[in-house]
Amino acid sequence: MSEPAPSEWRDDIFAAMKAADIRQVGYVPDAGHTRLIQRCQGEPGMTAVSLTSEEEGIALAAGAWLGGQRAALLMQSSGVGNCINMLSLAKSCRFPLTMLITMRGEWGEFNPWQVPMGSKTQAALELMDVLVYRVDDADMAGETVTAALDIAFNGSLATAVLLSQRLIGAKRWVK
Amino acid sequence: MNTAEHNRPRSNDPRLDRRAAIRTLLEKRGDLLVVTGLGSTTYDAASVGDDDRNFYLWGAMGAAAVIGLGLAIARPDRRIVVVTGDGELLMGLGGLATVGVQQPPNLAIVAFDNGRYAETGMQASHTDAGVSLCGVARACGIDTVLDIGSDTALKELAAWLHDFKRTLFARVAIHADEPPRVLPPRDGVLLKTRFRRALGAE
Repeated sequence: MSEPAPSEWRDDIFAAMKAADIRQVGYVPDAGHTRLIQRCQGEPGMTAVSLTSEEEGIALAAGAWLGGQRAALLMQSSGVGNCINMLSLAKSCRFPLTMLITMRGEWGEFNPWQVPMGSKTQAALELMDVLVYRVDDADMAGETVTAALDIAFNGSLATAVLLSQRLIGAKRWVK
Repeated sequence: MNTAEHNRPRSNDPRLDRRAAIRTLLEKRGDLLVVTGLGSTTYDAASVGDDDRNFYLWGAMGAAAVIGLGLAIARPDRRIVVVTGDGELLMGLGGLATVGVQQPPNLAIVAFDNGRYAETGMQASHTDAGVSLCGVARACGIDTVLDIGSDTALKELAAWLHDFKRTLFARVAIHADEPPRVLPPRDGVLLKTRFRRALGAE
């Protein structure tokens, strides 16, 4: 696989994470997060933790905070469904949490199986009292992630940033 | 023929008393940081004496090992001991694989295995039918895997908790009984904040 093309908004997100002193990054791979995951893996000050399921990330972030480090999570929208009960950990203890979520099941989606969870991602997060921001415009990515991280760590809140499928670009039906 | 019965490991016996076992492990805890799984292991840890450096789970089933992982990465200068039950661990088996990939040298996971879901009425868990937690831990690449079934081995484990240098997993075979509950605080914000204060993180 060739290097992903330069993609400035993903670098803006990475810069926002670094500026917020994020030290642990839990992720379940997603094509839309490829470059960001690579940047986190390549950053000596960050530990990138590959997860088998997104809910592990909620636990990882809690453990990091107990030890005095800040964590962020990267996942795609289908993974939000895997997190629902585990979000009770963040809510019961008021752990700061920021989930950066690449959207599937939206504009240009080729796989209808992504639609049920993708169309309910925001509602599911809000049912668990996660504060949800959404990015449709590349210029807004960095500052939106900064805002989500700031309120999470300053207010001990769970936050999520939905990176829309229009922003990421639709996945090709035929490879 | 009952295959599950046929395959049931005989190494499960003799089993240890859970409250005596937790006392052996934590009585001289030194500066260990402790995370417990919801249910009985939370009560077990509290029975040794409540401590600000205990983070008890009252929910989030399956989270204990990975909370320990995040804590171990954040605090490489401290040893972290996760004490949880077979049912809690079974719900988060993927977390053992994640621990196996990261291999934090300062994380120990101790599984109190009675083959039962004690909190919900002693229903059999998968380990009762022969699923091996030690086998899973080994398959996940965890460096040191111990199957503890005697007081002597338990005492060795208690000493090792202060000296291990690679990721450690220990299954402790315990009786399926329900000693009187010892209930630590349930306020999650309190548990979080006092833990962080005890580490100088708050």
